[in-house]
Amino acid sequence: MRLSEIGLFLFMVDCILCNNYIFSRFLGCCPFLGVSSKVETAAGMGLAVTFVMGLASLFTWAVYQYILLPLELTYLNTIAFIFIIAALVQFVEMFMKKSLPALYSALGIYLPLITTNCAVLGVALLNIQSNYNLLESVLNGVFGALGFMLAIVMMAGVRERLETSDIPLPFKGFSISLIIAGMMSVAFLGFKGLV
Amino acid sequence: MSNKTNNLRGVFINGIFNENPTFRLVLGTCPTIAVTTSAINGIGMGLAATFVLIGSNMVISLLRKFIPNKVRIPAFIVVICTFVTIVQMLMQAYLPSLYESLGIFIPLIVVNCIILARAEAFAAKNDVLHSAVDGIGMGLGFTLAITLIGIIREMLGAGTVFGNQVMGAGFEPMLLLVLAPGGFIVYGLLLGIINAISTRRASKKSKEVKTA
Repeated sequence: MRLSEIGLFLFMVDCILCNNYIFSRFLGCCPFLGVSSKVETAAGMGLAVTFVMGLASLFTWAVYQYILLPLELTYLNTIAFIFIIAALVQFVEMFMKKSLPALYSALGIYLPLITTNCAVLGVALLNIQSNYNLLESVLNGVFGALGFMLAIVMMAGVRERLETSDIPLPFKGFSISLIIAGMMSVAFLGFKGLV
Repeated sequence: MSNKTNNLRGVFINGIFNENPTFRLVLGTCPTIAVTTSAINGIGMGLAATFVLIGSNMVISLLRKFIPNKVRIPAFIVVICTFVTIVQMLMQAYLPSLYESLGIFIPLIVVNCIILARAEAFAAKNDVLHSAVDGIGMGLGFTLAITLIGIIREMLGAGTVFGNQVMGAGFEPMLLLVLAPGGFIVYGLLLGIINAISTRRASKKSKEVKTA
């Protein structure tokens, strides 16, 4: 969907609900399952991802259009993109360590792992694949990440209540989380065709 | 000598069973859920990841003394990325239909947590031979797991396995399983079943496990 055809609001709905990164594109499932045990941590992770994904969309798009394309080095796009993302994550990590130490210690190992969050690299590759212009790419990154945040916060809310409920022992942990994610995904299927 | 071969076999088996990346470590969930709509996609993805895993494990193990600790993650990623680009080009040239159906998930092997996790946890600490075997074991464990999920989803969702009709004419395909939610649900149920089986087995021979 192009921004010029459907307008800003529908573009947002499309990114957040119809093509949710977790539930219909399956990108970013590792942090979705790993960091979703508390609502605050989930929201923090979501914010960090939103920040990184917006910036990553901007820089990867620019590097692709102005460096890789003119030099005919497009086959190097994976390497170039992952480098940009790794540098951005390092920057966010340093920033958080200084100014938000509580959130930094709460996110723990998952902060450097944003580098390997496939949603971030995924959005960079999808922007190129869908021939988005600069504005569409950045909006796709930010809205996509907000969709990710919505999913992970919802999941954390459910998992907080799961702590106290009686689940068959073998299904505790990842197993029941995946099944719940499946049910949420059924609900999100209903948004298909909304735009 | 016999001790060393035992150890190698242990490393190999470890990847397939005890520390199966999909069912035990729960790593690399994105491709597991996304590409397993059919069995052939599962195998293709698994083998591509295995190739990358073996290559990156070996190279990282060779370079482990030269890579400074502070920049190890970027260094690992560059190595992994090189192998992913190789796989991507090979698949595009020789398996175009599989390349088409796996789509964006081939370049995304770079960020498959299994590969980085093995680089960090194993290849950076062990010699080349062990790292290669670890790559093969982990890769096969991943391939087996996602092929299994692929077979189940394809069988129940479309009535076929590897494209061959296996269900009778009266079988009504459960479309939900090849759609997005099916991946989550089948993976979750399998994870639960495997947990149940392994806890039962562990309680039977807990002593042996402890000595191993």
